Amino acid sequence: MSRERLQGAEPAHTLEADGLSLAYDGREVIGDLDLTIPDGDVTVIVGANACGKSTLLRGIARLLRPSAGIVRLDDRQISTYPAKEFARVVGILPQSPIAPDGITVADLVGRGRHPHQGLFRSWSSADGAIVADAMAATSTTELAGRRVGELSGGQRQRVWVAMALAQDTDILLLDEPTTFLDVTHQIELLDLLAELNHTRKKTIVMVLHDLNLAARYAHHLVVMAHGEVVATGAPADVLTPELVQRAFGLESHIIPDPVCGTPMVIPIGRFHRPAPISY
Amino acid sequence: MTVVKHTDADTRSSRAPSAPATSRRRIVIALLGLLVVVLAALSVSVGAYTLTPSDLVLTLIGQGSGSDNVIVFRLRLPRVVLGILAGAAFAIAGALFQTILRNDLASPDIIGISGGASVSAATAILVFGASGAIVSLSAFAGALVVAAAIYLLSWRDGVSGYRFVLIGVGVAFLIQSALGYLLTRGEVKEVSQALVWMVGGVGGAKWPDIAVLAGTLVVLLPLVAALAPRLRVLQLGDDTAGGLGVPVEATRLALVGIAVALCATATAFVGPIAFVAFVSAPIARRVVRDGSLALVPSALVGAALVVAADFLAQHALPGELQVPAGILTGVLGAPYLLWLLATTNKGDRSA
Repeated sequence: MSRERLQGAEPAHTLEADGLSLAYDGREVIGDLDLTIPDGDVTVIVGANACGKSTLLRGIARLLRPSAGIVRLDDRQISTYPAKEFARVVGILPQSPIAPDGITVADLVGRGRHPHQGLFRSWSSADGAIVADAMAATSTTELAGRRVGELSGGQRQRVWVAMALAQDTDILLLDEPTTFLDVTHQIELLDLLAELNHTRKKTIVMVLHDLNLAARYAHHLVVMAHGEVVATGAPADVLTPELVQRAFGLESHIIPDPVCGTPMVIPIGRFHRPAPISY
Repeated sequence: MTVVKHTDADTRSSRAPSAPATSRRRIVIALLGLLVVVLAALSVSVGAYTLTPSDLVLTLIGQGSGSDNVIVFRLRLPRVVLGILAGAAFAIAGALFQTILRNDLASPDIIGISGGASVSAATAILVFGASGAIVSLSAFAGALVVAAAIYLLSWRDGVSGYRFVLIGVGVAFLIQSALGYLLTRGEVKEVSQALVWMVGGVGGAKWPDIAVLAGTLVVLLPLVAALAPRLRVLQLGDDTAGGLGVPVEATRLALVGIAVALCATATAFVGPIAFVAFVSAPIARRVVRDGSLALVPSALVGAALVVAADFLAQHALPGELQVPAGILTGVLGAPYLLWLLATTNKGDRSA
């Protein structure tokens, strides 16, 4: 299927927000926001704490009803999709999913097949094959029989990504998937997501905290501040000291990442003034 | 090497989730089923007149003597069948509440729903001098009203388990004081009738009551089975479930409604037998421990608890003392509640 799409046979998905406002308990978090998610790319949403990143992701994922404006998937308002039909195109890995006590890895990953099953269409061998494939792609195959509660943080996060992959959606949203992971496992997970984007042409949208990792892994960067999008585009075009100041209130230098040339933000802070050296 | 690994994985993982019941769960279900059968046989056989196992079998297949028939079908079997059905209904109601609200304290007997049935039944007995079916109907209505009140009070852009439990516990206290008022104002004879009802037991079992409870289960349990796949996804968190295409609030409301109906119907016939709803699912899940809903094992634990409590309450207390089954389940459940309160939040269960 993905190979066909590479040749342009399958229509690409469009996912866009138009005048979107999102609120909790009547308190507006995001107001009148426009956003287009580029198909087939890795989009990373960054911004200071409480700027509305996760809220935006929940709105796009249909977990939060807009107080105004609309979100469209393939030119159709997402609230008009039957729940399972939407969940066969767009999947989300929320910030803190819950693993029931004692559940095994294989069982958990298998539950990702829910939108493909119905009252009269229960578990099939195709489901089994897709689950096995999701576990192979995330290197969790060896963990199949283990209990999720007994795994390390990095393994557990790979298992959740496997569950999201088992959902087999073309668009995958992830809310801070690297939180609670040490730096090695952060890179491992982001590499995995980049690989899924590259080899399976999955559109990936994720919220990340680390600006430098965001700049490295994003094709498309969405910078938010106070419930608004303040900049979008390729990281190299978007990330400037002025923008970092505006979005994060942080003074910084920006240099090319010595490994891959993407912009790298060097925070300055109050106690360390820049030395007069040239790069 | 990779290829070998993958084929190995294919067979393993496509087998594991496709089988809904793990072998461990099947063994637990078989053993619990056996336990219920043994307890039921004991309860029907043992008493002032004890039947031999062969007499029991002969009577059950319609070959018993006249007196054996009366003892089994009129006196002892109704208690046991009512106990099994009510125990299963309580246990499934508790399991549903605890799963939907993701809190082991969130069972209808802790958050005031059984209390609602009690206060309503006590009002019928003490204020209106009612008995029999009217008391049952009042209890049923009381449970529904209290459940609806808790649900509405805890609604704020959806229902969170934590808020639901806190409000439920508050409502339970409110109900306690209402009960205290009713009982201190009532006539002694009626108060003692109300107190016996409020402890809960299967002593007054009659076949027509059993038919109504069985009919309720026949209607509601298939609905539970139909919603079970959604509930299995809801176990992973509201957002995860929503992302997997489950209409979270609608599913939660439907399941709360079913659980309340199960609990209210059972309470109407046997009273609020303490803690059966509260302890059954946690016991079953601790034994099965595979992350499943464990609804069938829970139902069997609930049935075994009520039948065993009734048997012990009738035969095992010193000095020929006979008490309603609810006294014994209370003795069992209260320490578990204390233990749960003492250990909650020590281990992080979330991923």
